[in-house]
This record gives sequence, structure tokens and C-alpha cells, in this order.
Amino acid sequence: MAAKTLFDKVWDAHVVTEIKGGPSVLYIDKHLVHEVTSPQAFAGLEKRGISLFRLQNTLATADHNVPTKDQHLPIKEALSRQQVEKLSENCDKFGVTLYGLGHPYQGIVHVIGPELGVTLPGMTMVCGDSHTSTHGAFGSIAFGIGTSEVEQVMATQCLMQSKPKTMKIEINGKLGKGVVSKDIILYIISKISAAGGTGYFVEFAGSAIRSLSMEARMTICNMSIEMGARGGMIAPDETTFEYIKGREFAPKGAKFDEAVAYWKTLFSDEDAKFDQVLTYKAEDIEPMITYGTNPGMGIKVSGHIPAETEIDAASRLSFKKSLEYMDFQPGASLIGKQVNYVFIGSCTNSRIEDLRMVAEFVKGKKKAANINAYVIPGSKQVEKQAIAEGIDKVLAEAGFELREPGCSACLGMNEDKVPKGEYCVSTSNRNFEGRQGPGARTLLASPLTAAAVAVSGKIVDVRDFNLN
Amino acid sequence: MEKFVTITSNITPLAIEDIDTDQIIPARFLKATTREGFGDNLFRDWRYDEQNNPKKDFVLNNSDYAGSRILVAGKNFGCGSSREHAAWAITDAGFKVVVSSFFADIFKNNALNNGLLPVQVSQQFLNTVFEKVQADKNIKLNVDLEKQKIEIVGHNVSESFEINDYKKTCLINGYDDIDYLLSIKDKIEAYEKGSKYLSLVK
Repeated sequence: MAAKTLFDKVWDAHVVTEIKGGPSVLYIDKHLVHEVTSPQAFAGLEKRGISLFRLQNTLATADHNVPTKDQHLPIKEALSRQQVEKLSENCDKFGVTLYGLGHPYQGIVHVIGPELGVTLPGMTMVCGDSHTSTHGAFGSIAFGIGTSEVEQVMATQCLMQSKPKTMKIEINGKLGKGVVSKDIILYIISKISAAGGTGYFVEFAGSAIRSLSMEARMTICNMSIEMGARGGMIAPDETTFEYIKGREFAPKGAKFDEAVAYWKTLFSDEDAKFDQVLTYKAEDIEPMITYGTNPGMGIKVSGHIPAETEIDAASRLSFKKSLEYMDFQPGASLIGKQVNYVFIGSCTNSRIEDLRMVAEFVKGKKKAANINAYVIPGSKQVEKQAIAEGIDKVLAEAGFELREPGCSACLGMNEDKVPKGEYCVSTSNRNFEGRQGPGARTLLASPLTAAAVAVSGKIVDVRDFNLN
Repeated sequence: MEKFVTITSNITPLAIEDIDTDQIIPARFLKATTREGFGDNLFRDWRYDEQNNPKKDFVLNNSDYAGSRILVAGKNFGCGSSREHAAWAITDAGFKVVVSSFFADIFKNNALNNGLLPVQVSQQFLNTVFEKVQADKNIKLNVDLEKQKIEIVGHNVSESFEINDYKKTCLINGYDDIDYLLSIKDKIEAYEKGSKYLSLVK
């Protein structure tokens, strides 16, 4: 039998049929639904007079529009409230399971899937949200889709998909002090650009990746979309199985053992061929930060913004426009630059491990007076666990507030926004113009760097602190 | 879906790279529950100031390009969020074609699902279009989907472009993927019976 990549194995197991000279019909095991990209799809089903094809493969939550305070009260903003209500209405009408506001399982769609044991190795998973790539950390094929595709999956549990090319990104070695998984992915994207992975499905491999926890792996796969890749994945291993074991919807008992036996076959064969292979050394990676308006515009926090001459002629106009928006100078260092906002949260970095990392760092320290800090757990379960572990108290003593779960200040759809012209060091995934609110200026960084910035009131190299 | 026919039109040039879907349609405008009306907010923050006055220097406010049905943009157009609202906003504003030297994957699919043709050209062709339009704001492009050919009208500059045969047929005939998928329900059900994953979670 020909050698196969991990991607090939999962893909091949899901092809219902192929269209000659066209796409494959791919079966989708799990469809996650949220309020922003679903209303028009539900309306489409109604128009066709059909129901959802497989209710048990579908799960919905509300996350983008939800406030992070007073979730027991009606949402203040009328359009946000309407969209969340529309989701409830649609889920009721079509019989879809909904973990809406007030439900103990509510949270960011990409946080609740893994923590509930809904996300499993070897499955295909889609959602009308580009960061669906997060779930690839379990060795599943997971990717974001548009609303017409949401309707396709609702109607038929299938998607018409052309097979992407495959890329392997290998990171070997040991991570240095103060370097966490967010730095790995920001480093890779800074190397290959925001378009470097377009047309590919990426497998992350190598000893540095193997050493990471599930949460850390999710951060990396979450941002594979930011290099243009259709998705990212990591072969499941003992770390994966251990994480899944005992979770609410994961297979149990003999079923679990049977599942693990299957999951153990999910790896790229040694002689499997990738369309592209990139290799990096973990030792070369330092704490990272972005300076521009796409996630590819990242530098070592200790480094400098590139000079104009270092930028390709064709990209220079965009580079200049980007620096103008950020009000930064080519060649400048960011160290010491005052920022007034810090956002710790989003589907990239709002898991319990992220909050633990932040709490451990800020324990015994105080947030700087100029800092407005948002600390937003990714789900009700993360919130509950953070409180059980006393993380809320540690944060409160340091002047931070643990709020209620949602997408929060990652994107300007709910009440949490960064004001025009202000700088925000953010653990989210996008630094696009206006992403965190019109005129907001976003610098992407790890939760550890964000915590260090919050206590310093300015951009710092986290390695200047004592780290355990 | 509307059938796609050959189009000849003046262009709207947007020589910026990495235009993300947050620029095409900012998140705060995604709260509608229908597909209509997004065109008014296309490139909202580049197009209007905070008082909602049109910004004079933005191309969509320039009457020289009025009525154009072809948007021409820099490399890596449509990156970022999966929001199909970006494709809806572009079509709602009257565009039928987007030309760039590179498209983000999800955007490309979303465009094709809405009868908006993404035409991927070489960087050289793209640069030529931007150069020509600087000299003459009225230059026209002709896009022939049947022949898979794009041409700068009257300048004898043309290029062929790639499109998946299946998607091409869909666009030309105004077909929809769902109709096809619904017609093979028996195959889908047969697949489910043999699915490894489904047997594990039952």
C-alpha cells in the first residue's frame, strides 16, 4: 500500500464519492454552528422546505455577539441580541442542540468542542468560522467554511471539496525561556507570510510540537489559517488520548479502547510525500510580537520593525499603509512603547492553561495604572475551573478581572472594543485594521508576553522577568 | 444562482495586498440575518469617515470608476475571516468579477458559491492592469469564462486563467452544489453505514 500522510488517511476515509475533473464529496462528522454565519443557512433550508440531514452531528453555541458581563441579563445591543435570539429560534425550530447563554457548556465554539470531548482524532469537522482549524490539534481535518457551505452541510452532511496540497512544518528542539506555543506560530507565519500556506493543509510535526500540551497544540492549529492554510493538524499521541479520556461526549470504556486503537493508526507514514516541507529549530524562536496589520508582520519582541528596503517592492505600499495605521516607524524597536490595553482571551488563548500561565506570572505583581485589561475565559467550564483553582482571586489581587466567556475583544461584534488609536497587546489571532474596534491598533503576542505588558504598562521582553 | 456570462467592464483598482475580509466588511456589520444590503458597507472604514462622509481619496468614491463590475486588487485578496458576508457585500455593490494575483481559499469558495468569479492572474498581468489604469481610468477588462481568458480591451494584453471544470459548469449554468448533493442522498447513507468514525461514537 502506498505511503500516506495523516491528512490523506483522514481525507480518504471521508470521501463519499468523487466528481470527475471536479471536487470530492466529503462527509462531515461534526458541524459546529454559531450565531453569525448560520441565520442565512437556516433560512436557505426553510426556503427549500428541508430539515437538517443529521441532527446528531450538529452542535450550536453563541459566542461572537455575547457580552462578557451580566450574561444573565438580556444583551443590550439590539442587533447582537437579535442575532443570538435568531440562533435560539432556529435551533428550536430545527431541533439542533444549543449551548446558548446561561448553559454550563456555553463558550467559544473552538474551546467547547475539545473540552466536551466532541472533537476527536480522525474526524472531519467544519464550522462557519475560519478558526475551526483549531480542532486539527487532535488529528482531525477541521476547517472554516462560508454560509453557503454551512447550508450544504446542514442539508446533506457533506461538502464539495477539492483536495488541497499538503505541507509539513517540522519544529525540532527545545523551546527557550519565555517562549510558548503562540510564539512558535507567530514565528512560522512571520517566516512564510500571511499567504504562505494558501492552498495547503499543514501538518505540524517534530520534537518541539510533540512536547506540547493539547492546549498549546490548539493555539498553533488555531492560527494555521493566518498563514492562509486551509487548516493545520497534529498527529494524535498519548498526550491526545490522555486529554480526551473521560470527557463528557468522548467514547467510554471498551469504545474508548477501540477508538484509541484506531487513532494510533493516524500518523504520516515515514515515506509519505508532502508537497512541501519546512523545518525550523525551536532554539531560534524567541518571544514574538506583531507590528503591522496582518499576522505575518511579526518580529522578535527584542528585534526591530523591518526597514523599507527589506520589503519586496510589490509589498511596499501595503507595508507603508500598515505602519501608517499603526503609527510605527520602519526600523524602530517596540520595547518601551506604551500600550493602554491588554486582551487575554479568544479561541487562540483562552483555555485553562493560558489563564494558569497568566495567573502564575501576575501573582504578587500589580497591573500598571495605565492598563485596561480584559481577561476572558473561553467557556463557562474554563471560567468554573479558573474559579475553582483560585485564578480569579490571583487576577483580582493583581488588578485584573476575570469576566464571562465569549469572543470578547478579539473582534468588534460585542461590547468589548478597543478605542480608536489605542494600542492593545492581544492574545487573539488577528491584528487587522479595525479588528478590535474601528481605529484600534492590535499587537499579537503570547499570554505570557501579554501578562508582562499588563504589569509593565509598556512593551517588554518577558525574559527580563524571573520565570519559573 | 444567476448564470455567469462574459463581462466587459471598466475596473475598480485597489492596489493593496493582503486585503482581509474585516476590511471588505467589518465585523460590526455582520449582524443581519439575511444576505441582502451588505453592499452599503463594503470597505466601510476605507470608504467613509467617522461622520459617515465619503472619503474623497478612496477608489469606490471616485466617479471615474462608477458602474464598474470588476474589482482588481493586490495579492492575497480575501484573507482572514470565513464570513461569506464579504462575497455578499462585493456582489451587492454590483461586482461580478474580482481579479487578483492570489486569493485566500475560503474567500474563493465563498465567491464561487455566490456567482462572483475570482480570476487569478500573474503578478505581471496585475501590475500591467494597475499601470494602464493609472494612465487611462477608463480601461476595460474582458472576462470570458467559457474561454477562461482575461484581456485588457484594446491593449492586446491577455492571459488565460484556471478554474475547476465543475465550478465553471456551475457558474455558467447557475447550478447550486446543494441540488447535486441532495440528489446523491443514497450514496451518503451508504457511506454512513461503513464509517469508522460514526461506528466509534454510536
